[in-house]
Amino acid sequence: MYDSGKIIAGLVIFIILITFPFWYNHGKASIAPDRVLPKDQKECVEEISYMTSSHMQLLNDWRTSVVRDTNRIYKNKKGKTFSMSLTNTCLDCHSSKADFCDKCHNYLAVVPYCWECHLTEKGNP
Amino acid sequence: MNIAFSILTVVVIGLIPWIGTTAVNLQYLFGIIIPYAAVIIFLLGVVYRIVKWGKSPTPFRIPTTCGQQKTLPWIKQNRIENPSNVVGVIIRMALEILAFRSLFRTTRAELKEGPRLAYGGFPWLWLAALVFHYAFLTVVIRHLRFFLDPVPFFIAWLARLDGLLEVGLPVYMLSGFALFAAVSYLFIRRVVVPQLRYISLAADYFPLFLILCIAGTGILMRYFFKVDVISVRELAVSLAGFQPKLPDNGIGGVSYLFYMHLFYVSVLVAYFPFSKLMHSGGIFLSPTRNLANTNRAVRHINPWNYPVKVHTYAEYEDDFREQMKEAQIPVERD
Ligand code: HEC
Ligand code: HEC
Ligand code: HEC
Ligand code: HEM
Repeated sequence: MYDSGKIIAGLVIFIILITFPFWYNHGKASIAPDRVLPKDQKECVEEISYMTSSHMQLLNDWRTSVVRDTNRIYKNKKGKTFSMSLTNTCLDCHSSKADFCDKCHNYLAVVPYCWECHLTEKGNP
Repeated sequence: MNIAFSILTVVVIGLIPWIGTTAVNLQYLFGIIIPYAAVIIFLLGVVYRIVKWGKSPTPFRIPTTCGQQKTLPWIKQNRIENPSNVVGVIIRMALEILAFRSLFRTTRAELKEGPRLAYGGFPWLWLAALVFHYAFLTVVIRHLRFFLDPVPFFIAWLARLDGLLEVGLPVYMLSGFALFAAVSYLFIRRVVVPQLRYISLAADYFPLFLILCIAGTGILMRYFFKVDVISVRELAVSLAGFQPKLPDNGIGGVSYLFYMHLFYVSVLVAYFPFSKLMHSGGIFLSPTRNLANTNRAVRHINPWNYPVKVHTYAEYEDDFREQMKEAQIPVERD
């Protein structure tokens, strides 16, 4: 091989870069985040599989509905009604943001910007 | 024909994991075995291709005609276009790799009024290529949030920057759409320009469609048919930690979309070493870019010269010393 020193150095850098996740994690088992579910409640706004994957879309619909259409009442698939509010409804059942929302979000490095304005505790400050 | 063939291929590639994870439960195959196999093929294939290239002799330095080479002290040298030392070469390579400098030179011939033939700059290909590559890079770095445990701090920053518009929930990531748009342009370009269509082969369309399908399924998964991203991370971290395990409750949502995404990526990664995509390794080995123009300053010996048998003067003298002395020819050694 010609210029083998340089080419091999380049290949070594390439392989280290590509296999970086393997070095970085070395043998760590993957653990799902242990979020605390509400004890006194049985059901979320919608069914759980929908909530786990699509709760942000629900929040988006709620926000649009409240802010643009001034409609604050949400009726779920089962006909139960909820007042559409991030702090007063979601955080009513999921009382600790740190033990619930943040557990998942930190796990995936998602940083919702909602809390710049919305309160994480109920009531007027 | 080439287009139809490529479309058919990506459709079939998409159907395989769809059938494989809905009609039959082959999640283990599509989620674990195929991705590992693809990474192994990728690494071995790239090393093989580069070593094979490395074995071909480096030619005589090819000076580029776009810059004045180093010559008499009062003639100004173009140090980046026509470098004569390592620093210049590094700058030239860096600009080529990071800014696609030679692609910026793309020109287009146009028939103007007159009729007069004019060659003008054509920055669109360069721009689309630049957008495409950087969007791809951004998307891939953002995807590391699935694989790395713990997630490094800069990934959240990058996501913040990428979602700067704060539109929609989940927040729209600009790079994903930029990637899709740029690849679409690169494809349309090949179809619309007749000369380009004429020279385009299935090997040109196929990678474009593959990337289009990857970005397409990704966008569908993020904004329309949500999957359970927590489970995706569980799977990805387990793959990266060499303790592969499918998440207990599956991927959730319309999970076949995830398996399609992953299978397209696996096919791309495994196909990579055998395709034109190897230009990413090849660019480092392009002789018109990575060799300093020292043609006149340094003696270059052609690497494929056979060893020339030489007979030195000293040996000649040894052969004929007696005769030379007899003929009174001066000798260097007695
Ligand atoms: C009436 C009480 C209640 C309200 C209001 C409520 N939740 Fe829930 N939520 C629950 C319960 C109970 C569960 C667990 C359901 C189960 O295990 O089947 C849950 C589950 C979830 C999950 C899935 C957690 C997981 O581990 O997969 C998410 C995400 C979630 N809720 C988000 C929200 C958001 C966002 C809101 C506001 C739009 C909200 N919840 C409002 C009671 C509530
Ligand atoms: C710039 C400040 C700001 C940010 C950031 C913000 N909101 Fe709001 N949001 C408001 C205001 C103001 C209202 C109107 C409150 C009202 O009329 O009760 C509102 C209303 C809402 C409502 C309905 C009313 C209620 O009490 O909750 C929802 C749901 C909501 N926002 C969700 C979100 C989500 C989800 C995010 C993050 C992705 C977010 N918002 C980020 C300012 C903000
Ligand atoms: C089961 C884990 C889980 C729980 C619990 C959870 N989230 Fe999320 N959330 C996610 C994931 C995963 C995403 C990112 C989805 C993506 O990137 O596609 C997300 C995204 C969001 C987003 C959009 C952020 C963005 O920048 O795109 C908002 C808003 C949000 N969650 C609000 C909440 C709130 C409020 C709660 C608590 C009531 C909560 N989530 C609880 C997993 C969870
Ligand atoms: C060549 C590599 C890949 C490319 C170019 C790519 C591209 C994309 C794009 C463009 C999106 C749309 C959302 C966004 O912009 O972030 C996306 C989403 C997604 N991709 Fe990929 N992807 C790749 C590899 C992978 C791999 C290996 C996985 C497996 C873990 C994966 C899993 C996902 C998931 C789960 C989503 C949805 C994300 C969400 O909801 O936030 N991708 N991908």
